[in-house]
Amino acid sequence: MTTFLRRTLPLLAPLAASFLLTACGPKPATDTIKIGNYAAITGKDGTFGDSSTKATRLAIDEINAAGGVLGKQIELLVEDTQSKPGEASTVVKKLITRDKVVALIGEVTSSRSLEGAGVAQAFKIPMLSPSATNPAVTATGDYIFRACFIDPFQGSVLATFARDKLQARRAAVLTSISSAYSTGLGEVFTARFPLGGGGEIVASPKFAEGDKDFKAQLTAIKAASPDVIFVPAYYTEVALIAKQARELGITAPLIGGDGWEAPELLEIAGSALEGCYYSTHYSAESPDPKVQSFVKKYRDRFDGRTPDGMAALGYDAAYLLVDAIRRAGSTEPAALRAALAATKAFDGITGRIDMDADRNASKPAAILTIKDGKFAYVETVSPLIAPKSGQPPCRPFRYSPFPPFVSFVVKKIRLRHPCPSVQSVVKRT
Amino acid sequence: MTEFLQQLINGLSLGAIYALLALGYTMVYGVLRFINFAHADVFMVGSFAGYYAARHVPAGTIWGGLAVLFIAMAACTVLGVAIERFTYRPLRNAPRLNILITAIGMSLLLEYGVQLLFGSTPRNFPAVFPTSQLHLGGLTVSSNQVIVIAVSAVLLVGLQLVVFRTRLGAAMRAVSLNPRAAQLVGINLNTVVTFTFALGSALAGAGGVLYAMNYPSIDPFMGVMPGLKAFVAAILGGIGSLPGAALGALILGFAETFVGGSAYSTYKDAIAFGLLIVIMLLRPAGLLGRLTVEKV
Repeated sequence: MTTFLRRTLPLLAPLAASFLLTACGPKPATDTIKIGNYAAITGKDGTFGDSSTKATRLAIDEINAAGGVLGKQIELLVEDTQSKPGEASTVVKKLITRDKVVALIGEVTSSRSLEGAGVAQAFKIPMLSPSATNPAVTATGDYIFRACFIDPFQGSVLATFARDKLQARRAAVLTSISSAYSTGLGEVFTARFPLGGGGEIVASPKFAEGDKDFKAQLTAIKAASPDVIFVPAYYTEVALIAKQARELGITAPLIGGDGWEAPELLEIAGSALEGCYYSTHYSAESPDPKVQSFVKKYRDRFDGRTPDGMAALGYDAAYLLVDAIRRAGSTEPAALRAALAATKAFDGITGRIDMDADRNASKPAAILTIKDGKFAYVETVSPLIAPKSGQPPCRPFRYSPFPPFVSFVVKKIRLRHPCPSVQSVVKRT
Repeated sequence: MTEFLQQLINGLSLGAIYALLALGYTMVYGVLRFINFAHADVFMVGSFAGYYAARHVPAGTIWGGLAVLFIAMAACTVLGVAIERFTYRPLRNAPRLNILITAIGMSLLLEYGVQLLFGSTPRNFPAVFPTSQLHLGGLTVSSNQVIVIAVSAVLLVGLQLVVFRTRLGAAMRAVSLNPRAAQLVGINLNTVVTFTFALGSALAGAGGVLYAMNYPSIDPFMGVMPGLKAFVAAILGGIGSLPGAALGALILGFAETFVGGSAYSTYKDAIAFGLLIVIMLLRPAGLLGRLTVEKV
């Protein structure tokens, strides 16, 4: 026994113990309906999964207290993807093959939903992502659904908002090359902002996963003197970007998508995001009694924390799925899939949800701003803002797994599609 | 022109932090001929130590900031010396590959140990030094950048003095030249190695605090990328050479910043590391390194 082993064994013991505990846990009863819920509860995007899974748990407990569904109680199995690439497919495989779940709720972000979707589709188990907005997620296959709007809609809303409400003419776009969400939303904004005349994209630098220094990109943006900077990224990065932008003396407002939605955003960014805007799925300030009752229930259960958009979607996803199980009358995957696809006029916290032909929910977006260190509601945009006729046809949006120069060639080869409407997106070939 | 100068300042402050880390890699290599992969995680522990120390000092003051810096450096010194004493020293005479694998294991142990203790959610590092913006013509320099560059410069000069002007520094150089001969003339190898780890870890601790000040979100895996880049910088400059490590770090900082600010920002890391390959092809021993024949 070397000194090294003697010193490190005590440190490893708790790990081994926790492994044994999970391995010998009590076998769950068989007369329950098992639903798998996987999300990033820890790590870089941790608050997304934390809010989302808490709200899903709240919804399932409510449903169970009211007698469950099809006369059975629901058992929710939660797995953490730790914000790491590769983890999603592992936990989905485990949930399906070992725990034998009938359906999945997850993941909260697009890149990891894409990973999980491939596995769920292969096993033909319905998967409902609460908040993955990249169109490619549901394009994976006919068993994949989502409870939120998609990026072509969100990007259009933001481009219109920047041009009409903020009166911006020059926009810079700062995207992460390693996130499907970021590249997708960035592409939509870049395509939509110049439409309707006057708008111009003046700079579009990129960064990569794990970057913490954005000063190089921001200096290039500053030199292009934009009126507005579009940052489709997740809150950890957005906070650092905002801080460094203000340090460099950039005063233009930053705008972004639902990836900003986290209380930690303001903790890290401080006052740097004052007067900036982002779009999200709902506002906790809405006077709707349904929203207020949800906010109250969530606050009562989770130490007075105000539910964010991810929480509202996690809650809606649970009810949406259970509603489909009830309508299907069974938990058989094909029947459940058909029932999910037939969802019409589901009345959720985040608005009315209709499942469209591409298994995406079409619903409104809320725009929030940051004022006096708090999120404040600005306006709600309904899904009916299709581009006006007479505008130049735009490129169909597609998430491409290739680096830009390869996808440029690929697009050249297969690009002869008509302009997509805001809601329907060309499926991946 | 303004943009160019601004990028030069950005690159300098980034390179200064890489330099503090790169010195740790190069010093350990110079003395023991192995790469201490746990070094980047000592850097991470440094910023966590700074995070907790910052709660007990007045925020936003020079003295508070220096106290945080000193506490983080002290914590890392203890950690670095402990790692060497309990994991590397027992393997001193084992094949070099064993100690390398141990270093990787130590690195993972620190990362996941910190995750177990503090969780993996990124934390907000408080502003420990007073912050303000300086405007010089069209240039904007944040006080944090000035502090990073100043502290790094002071520590680099200090290190140079220690290595070339003190008896212990002379002993370090002797061990680096030939460990066996150094022991024959009465140099205590263990003292020198402990001292080397103490110095390198202290610099990593300072780097951790400076990095967290500039990029105020810390998590258990924050050391991985800067560590990799500092390691590359050390090789670029010629591993084992102190000025080489600093030079390599500055080159890497500038390369990253200028590519990041250009139209090719997508390929930022690819170009920075591509540059490394070119330099290694032209000068296999690194910019300031000397090729030595391995004695068998």
